Amino acid sequence: MTRLKRREVVEILLRDRGGLLVVAGLGSTAWDITAAGDSPLNFPLWGAMGNAAMFGLGLALAQPRRRVLVVTGDGEMLMGMGSLATIGVQQPRNLSVVVIDNERYGETGMQRTHTASGVDLAKVAVGCGIRFARRVQSRAGVVGLRRAVHAGRGPVFAQVKVVAEKIPLVLPPRDGGLLKSRFRKALLGAQADLD
Amino acid sequence: MSETATAWPHQVFRTLKSAGVGLVGYVPDAGHKRLIELCLADREMKAVVLSTEEEGIGLTAGAWLGGVRSALLMQSSGVGNCINALGTTRECRFPLLMLVTMRGQIGEFNPWQVPMGQATPAVLAAMGVVVREANSAAEVVPAADAAARLAFGSYQAVAVLISQQVIGIKSFQEQAAQGADSLAKAAR
Repeated sequence: MTRLKRREVVEILLRDRGGLLVVAGLGSTAWDITAAGDSPLNFPLWGAMGNAAMFGLGLALAQPRRRVLVVTGDGEMLMGMGSLATIGVQQPRNLSVVVIDNERYGETGMQRTHTASGVDLAKVAVGCGIRFARRVQSRAGVVGLRRAVHAGRGPVFAQVKVVAEKIPLVLPPRDGGLLKSRFRKALLGAQADLD
Repeated sequence: MSETATAWPHQVFRTLKSAGVGLVGYVPDAGHKRLIELCLADREMKAVVLSTEEEGIGLTAGAWLGGVRSALLMQSSGVGNCINALGTTRECRFPLLMLVTMRGQIGEFNPWQVPMGQATPAVLAAMGVVVREANSAAEVVPAADAAARLAFGSYQAVAVLISQQVIGIKSFQEQAAQGADSLAKAAR
């Protein structure tokens, strides 16, 4: 039985994050990265469901010397599963995609997603050519995943099984223009505003 | 065909290069075949093949977050796959440069292409994308150049719709022949 809690998993992944660039899929994972500490180098999505991994790929290709982590939910990943194939073709060494899998659509009434019926996203990732693709169900697994995200050779994919729970919202800023501009300024410096 | 009719992919490629585009996302299309080949062959440009056009909206936004200008190449049918994601482009004011080869216009041979082709300008406009139609080969390069300036100079989402007349494929047989030509090249 899985006992992992989503906020603890994300907190471990983001602890001492250094220069890590983080994209979160809309909904619970955007609240999770914010609960771990809001940062200008967080880009929490409030829309474009299914596109989080592709934001991460674009960022990883643009910034090959920085580590990029996409944290998203199982429902969000299921909606953009083709992006795992696109990532598999590109093989970005600096990109990790971590799915926090509670087997539920958390923002719409905790309805079951396909992963509740056994759909194995880690196997999909393997099939897409992502060699480091794990299903994580233990704290030790999360610690190993943290190492891969921060220092391993990507692309990295993980499906982290967590408890389905309703927890307090921790909301990031929701102005898209603000989120974009603060991210670019923190990453690229003052010149970003003049490009 | 006149020189203009066949030269526009090369000229558009140079336009992308001079606009500082370093990344191109695409879903293959017969009309974009030559331009895609030029992007793939360029050492400084990264060309990313997508499984669906919607992925390109995230790709291009992520690249902008990372300081890289990009462009998307797709067919008009693919525009329909982008609509919800374009809401994020607009909310965040991400620059977006889309070069769209049109189907479903005058001369279309596949009736299933017509509804999306005819709706393409309207759905893009409804999502706040500035639309510029290039109805002849001579119009494509100036339109692409102006679109790149508007996208990156003014942070707008812009689509250049390249008319089916410019692409010039008029039958399934002609389309299939182009594919056969590619296979023959690959085999050589």
